[in-house]
Amino acid sequence: MKMKEKPKWYELLPGAVIDEPGNSVFYKTGDWKTLKPVVDKTKCIKCGTCWIFCPEYAYEKDEYGYFNPNYDYCKGCGICAVECPARCIKMEREED
Amino acid sequence: MAKRRGIEVSIAIAEAAALAEVDVVSAYPITPQTHIVEHLAELVANGELNAEFITVESEHTAMSAALGASLAGARAFTSTSSQGLALMNEIVYIASSMRAPVVMALANRSLSAPISIWNDHSDVMNERDTGWISIFANNGQEAYDLTFMAFKIGEHPDVLLPVMINFDGFILTHVVEPIYMFDKEEVEGFLPPYHHPYVLDPERPVTHGPVGLPDIYTEAKKQQEEAIRNSRKVIDAVWKEFDERFGRRYNAVETYKADDAEVVLVTQGSVTEAAQVVVDEMRKQGRKWGVVEIRLWRPFPFEDLKKALCNGSIKCAVVLDRAISFGGPLGIVMSEVRAALYNLSDRPMVVGVTAGLGGRDIRFDEYVRMFELGEECLKEEKEPDRVIIVGLRE
Amino acid sequence: MVEIRFHGRGGQGAVTSAEILALAVIEEGRYAQAFPAFGAERRGAPVLAFTRISDEPIKIRIGIYEPDIVIVLDPTLLRSVPVFSGLKENGIAVINSKKSPEELKAELNYDGNLVTVDATSIAMEELGVPITNVVMLGALLKAKPELAKMEYVEKFIAERFPKIAEKEVRAFRRAYEEARS
Repeated sequence: MKMKEKPKWYELLPGAVIDEPGNSVFYKTGDWKTLKPVVDKTKCIKCGTCWIFCPEYAYEKDEYGYFNPNYDYCKGCGICAVECPARCIKMEREED
Repeated sequence: MAKRRGIEVSIAIAEAAALAEVDVVSAYPITPQTHIVEHLAELVANGELNAEFITVESEHTAMSAALGASLAGARAFTSTSSQGLALMNEIVYIASSMRAPVVMALANRSLSAPISIWNDHSDVMNERDTGWISIFANNGQEAYDLTFMAFKIGEHPDVLLPVMINFDGFILTHVVEPIYMFDKEEVEGFLPPYHHPYVLDPERPVTHGPVGLPDIYTEAKKQQEEAIRNSRKVIDAVWKEFDERFGRRYNAVETYKADDAEVVLVTQGSVTEAAQVVVDEMRKQGRKWGVVEIRLWRPFPFEDLKKALCNGSIKCAVVLDRAISFGGPLGIVMSEVRAALYNLSDRPMVVGVTAGLGGRDIRFDEYVRMFELGEECLKEEKEPDRVIIVGLRE
Repeated sequence: MVEIRFHGRGGQGAVTSAEILALAVIEEGRYAQAFPAFGAERRGAPVLAFTRISDEPIKIRIGIYEPDIVIVLDPTLLRSVPVFSGLKENGIAVINSKKSPEELKAELNYDGNLVTVDATSIAMEELGVPITNVVMLGALLKAKPELAKMEYVEKFIAERFPKIAEKEVRAFRRAYEEARS
């Protein structure tokens, strides 16, 4: 469902089945957050703990091996900042 | 050729599921259904049926596993009775809502309390609004035929709904009687392989049973309601094809000597044939009586029933309910018959009776009493609000 | 239509005899129905089983209250169960008893048709156990031969008891020979 118009009853699949795997990418939750994680790459050890713990799968690995949050989906929960063993993630105010 | 043989009806029903080559049997034993699942367990254990027999710890799980199996592309069968069905209830509703064409053989039995293992229709009536196709069998042959056909109806791509076949516990399940049993070659091609269009498959992922927010739920329910209403076309087509191939005809509403009858008894299940015997006997004394059976309970056959009851001859329809709706008009079937005829000016009087609760035999003179109650109501021109319990000590 | 009521004790095989008789009739192409009195089975408790036989399809499915024939598998039942209840006036009672029909009639104060057979002795001698269900079928067919064909009854006895088929059939035939009326 690409956030288009809501389906009419005869447009639904039987049993309201969703036959489009991974369609949650169309649902951007990034604007839910008040605080956003900011990674200090000078301290990052590329361990991937943030990537493992993120409940929204918002961390993506870049070509250098660093993990960066995708702000389109990050809800700002702060779990990554708490779990980071290198203490390199800080939660900063979205508006700053 | 189909072989006519003496067989216990329960065993025949299990053989009907085996004839359909079910992939999964998920069931928990309960009187009077036990022989059905025992026999299927035996067929699987002996290697005569290539199926998975899932021994579960409750009926709730039996239905859950059947639902999961059905959506994973397996032809799934379960069977239960009374308290077992009541315990299943949550998943019974979900199975139809998720469009899983599970087939259930339901040995109709009363609900506790007091504890009763005997026959009436309180179990199926309790599940009336769960969205299953629901069909009544009157004898062993019908229970066998209808169970086999249930797979073809439910699995049809235009239907995809679970089907419940009702047959009276003990009164049918525990009787040895002659039944024509098919062999595999004979039914070749009748039942196509089962394909669910949105089967659970890791290669082609889909989501079954998602959350339906308030902006989706209404549409989902409307679609489900439309699906069961439309299933009627398929039900009729399957019954027609069966008749053409095997020579036995099934109708949504069955009539017996109703054409010139003044009073008819409206029935479901094994009492239908007993009522026919009463009609035959009493017609010798000049009583113009007949029988109308609502074989197809869901989807409700409104038009067929109107046609059967508003035939210009019938003045009173006495509806025999085998369950009670407490605090209501008592009669569930009676209420539905009345509702179906409500807007017709030339409708017959509808009188409700109930009898045969918790396994009590309905004797010949009690059937006569039911018809006579109809005649009395006609004479007094009074349609009783509530059903009259026949055979009650008072 | 002929309606038959079997009186036995739980575990004596009353239901099995009702079924074997029905199967033999169905095999002929006629109609029959066999069923137990519905309830919880308990070994030793008095039980009932029923067979209906007809040339037409059978539509009635309630218990049999006015039988044409009653069969009593165990003589001790005569003391505790009203076995003649509802028996039609020209009906037949087939009873497992050492006594002659005359003796038993006098004892039970019953003057209808009566067939007796010492089924317990036959069962003990042929099978080694006092299970009289198949034996009593022999006496039943002696009392009313047109009910079913001997050969079909024997066929289903053999099917039901494959390991002791020969003994069961011999016991069945002995009862047919030794039944007294």
